[in-house]
Amino acid sequence: MTSSEQALLAARPDFAAVARWVSQRARVLDLGCGDGALLRYLWEAREAPGYGVEIDDAEVVACVRNDINVLQLDLESGLSLFRDGSFDTVILSETLQTIRRIEQLMREMLRVGREAIVSFPNFGHWSARMQVLLGRMPVSEELPYEWYNTPNVHLCTTTDFEDLCRKLGILIRERVALHQGRQISFLPNLLGSIAVYRCAMV
Amino acid sequence: MAQKARFDAPLKLRSGTELPGFELAYEAYGELNAARSNAVLVCHALNASHHVAGTYAGREDEVGWWDNLVGPGKPLDTRRFFVVGVNNLGGCHGSTGPMSPNPATGKPWGGDFPVVTVEDWVESQARLADRLGIERFAAVMGGSLGAMQALQWTLSYPERIRHSLVIAATARLSAQNIAFNEVARQAITTDPDFNGGHYYDKGVVPVRGLRIARMIGHITYLSDEAMMGKFGRQLRRAALGFDFDIDFEVESYLRYQGDKFSSYFDANTYLRITKALDYFDPAADFDGDLSAAVARAKAAFLVVSFKSDWRFAPARSRELVKALLDARKIVSYLEIDAPGGHDAFLMDDARYFGALRAYFGNIEL
Repeated sequence: MTSSEQALLAARPDFAAVARWVSQRARVLDLGCGDGALLRYLWEAREAPGYGVEIDDAEVVACVRNDINVLQLDLESGLSLFRDGSFDTVILSETLQTIRRIEQLMREMLRVGREAIVSFPNFGHWSARMQVLLGRMPVSEELPYEWYNTPNVHLCTTTDFEDLCRKLGILIRERVALHQGRQISFLPNLLGSIAVYRCAMV
Repeated sequence: MAQKARFDAPLKLRSGTELPGFELAYEAYGELNAARSNAVLVCHALNASHHVAGTYAGREDEVGWWDNLVGPGKPLDTRRFFVVGVNNLGGCHGSTGPMSPNPATGKPWGGDFPVVTVEDWVESQARLADRLGIERFAAVMGGSLGAMQALQWTLSYPERIRHSLVIAATARLSAQNIAFNEVARQAITTDPDFNGGHYYDKGVVPVRGLRIARMIGHITYLSDEAMMGKFGRQLRRAALGFDFDIDFEVESYLRYQGDKFSSYFDANTYLRITKALDYFDPAADFDGDLSAAVARAKAAFLVVSFKSDWRFAPARSRELVKALLDARKIVSYLEIDAPGGHDAFLMDDARYFGALRAYFGNIEL
């Protein structure tokens, strides 16, 4: 692993979890890909060719600079540009909480991909629960925004997310809870600040 | 500096007609490297020419049409790339066209010059590439009608194009697009001075028709927002005149554009260019399936559209992107939120030019 890869993994611990579930040379679609860092990482770690979808102008230009295939599209208008089953893995990395029409997007992800990997900040983490208990909206490393300037519209706990998957007929193949880069296996919905799921259609 | 290349072998056109030899006016910037791997072809749209960048000595006001993009240190950096601009066949800036002598009669072709298509332009440009020793272009780039050539190159000569930059494009004109072109053609062909295209030797020019054609075209190049921002309802005179002279600034602007255009552009060329636009439809040979049509391309694509462009709206570019994705091509797509309408592709915008600079920077030579 190069030093830049190590720095990246320190900054985004969910990347390593995501990469574990991406097979060698898989076709990957990363929704809300930012500057393309994850796709770059998957290319280097897995030789997985990918496309990113991103709406933000500066991030899209950064993707082009990083030599990442990027499509400037609004996720809210669906994934109609992509054919059924055209990707091995569709990734939604810490973007779920900003999506308005989550049910539609989850279905679309598993229409265009055989598998989906979804990561999000776990609102069930004890520090979030504690802050709410003390009468305040949670602010943390994973949820750095104040209530009045947050782009997040749909925060959930791991239990909430698993309920939604059940409702949509989505099978959870694997899941990992993380906190400060470490895997949490004991009480994940309480001690994990980031949740990563590997899903497929039942 | 403009140069000319003469090709004596006849060119079979898509219409079935054969053009008995032709000349292309072109300009080149930068140096072709030893590996001949740094050539970029820049294709022009409706009224532009081979004069892509820079100025001519003594004529400093005639700046190349894409000079903000192409040049030393610019997004398409001519210190790194060898850039070629060509005046399209049938044009009126130096390449063989309706104003050129018809070898069969010795007189100008006029209305007898054949209708040329995007495919024909690519064929003629391929001959120029052969002449210049360019086996494979690092990239081909164009906006609007130029973008159609950039796309067609990847289909006509998949092996010869590594990257294709398709900007403010459509893979086929809509009925509305064709309708606007037809109004422009009607304006020209019903001008009493048109004479079926044989007006050169009569010492007249269908100026009125060409003016109106340009005025209509110009409206479609701008967005409502851009026109409102530029002119609003600003009056040209102190108060409304209650006559049919110029009241509003926008009327004055359109008349000025019409006058300027009709003073240098050829009506026969204009007619043919609108037909080339109308006829372009690479999916037509594949039962309308654009995904099948682009399957043979081998280039990587950068597709760029502009949100305020209603002539070739972003939805048209997304159709192309979808087809390229279906066909598993390498493609990036940018949808720039610039206010300039269709003409935004000619304007400096930090996001747009930033992306082009980054894209060209990543092309390996």
